Amino acid sequence: MSGKVLTITSGKGGVGKSTSSANIALGLALSGKKVVTIDLDIGLRNLDMILGLENRIVYDVVNIVEKVCKLNQALIKDKRTDNMFLIAAAQTRDKSAVSAQQITNLTNDLKKDFDYIILDSPAGIESGFKNAMTPADEVIIITTPEISAVRDADRVIGILEANTKKDVSLIINRINPRLVKKGDMMSKDDVLQVLSIPLIGVVPEDDNIVSYTNIGEPSILHKESDSGLAYKNIVKRILGEDISFMEITEEKKGFLQSIINFFKE
Amino acid sequence: MFFDFFKKRKKTSANQAKERLQIILAHERATNKAPFLNDMRKDIIKVISKYVDIDPKTINVSLQKDNSVEVLEINIPIK
Repeated sequence: MSGKVLTITSGKGGVGKSTSSANIALGLALSGKKVVTIDLDIGLRNLDMILGLENRIVYDVVNIVEKVCKLNQALIKDKRTDNMFLIAAAQTRDKSAVSAQQITNLTNDLKKDFDYIILDSPAGIESGFKNAMTPADEVIIITTPEISAVRDADRVIGILEANTKKDVSLIINRINPRLVKKGDMMSKDDVLQVLSIPLIGVVPEDDNIVSYTNIGEPSILHKESDSGLAYKNIVKRILGEDISFMEITEEKKGFLQSIINFFKE
Repeated sequence: MFFDFFKKRKKTSANQAKERLQIILAHERATNKAPFLNDMRKDIIKVISKYVDIDPKTINVSLQKDNSVEVLEINIPIK
């Protein structure tokens, strides 16, 4: 087996990198792929809680590179699928605890046993980001339709271009159709015109994400979830399927409401 | 149109965000790609004006990507 390294990054923090990593990893695993996800946000461990696996951690990624444990001992199996494993970030160390070369060696080892190695990058463009970028075969950049997130995403795209990483695509997260309609939020097309890289997914703002994170169950596990559906489509596109982008619109309204809306515009 | 009366014609904040981003990013992309561009422009002006009469304001230095070839373009109109 020769797996692919898929790095999830954003530049700006808080735009949904770990949430996206968790959903994409689970989605790929539920599609039958063998997946390992590595939390590279060393010192600010979070992916474990988003996945609901925080009680299973014994060893972490720093323990592996420092040869405190064997690779197998640090692989935490998911509760819901036998196809997904997590390697947790160390919580008591910082980004300098590992080097890009060490992470590359680790992913090279993992490529023998896994179809996908998902690297959840820390925010920023410093060493932790470089650790996540160096081994990447594919990069997914997460942004939201806000100026700071888009500007930071553009900076990351520039850095990736300078390092000739070619396979880069974009997820636009937290699109709020009501605000887009009012003209108070950039639309999917606005963001794409500014950033001009290929789109791989649009995720609607979903109030339920908070409660899914509260219980450690990513939205892709919830059938009724809009964001979960968006992540399912992203997974299919990663696997090479040609899935059209869903139009994110407001929930259906009655006839009277549509007349009121018509005059409000 | 009668119905246009009800539609407010305004510059939305989303449009402003997009325009502001397009302007700032064009600038940032250029300086990030070639941080030396500004200094080089000053040096070029210094050297050329030793020999020919030029207007520094009309000199345009740019770095462009044409397919796979990177082109450094310097335009110097002579007075």
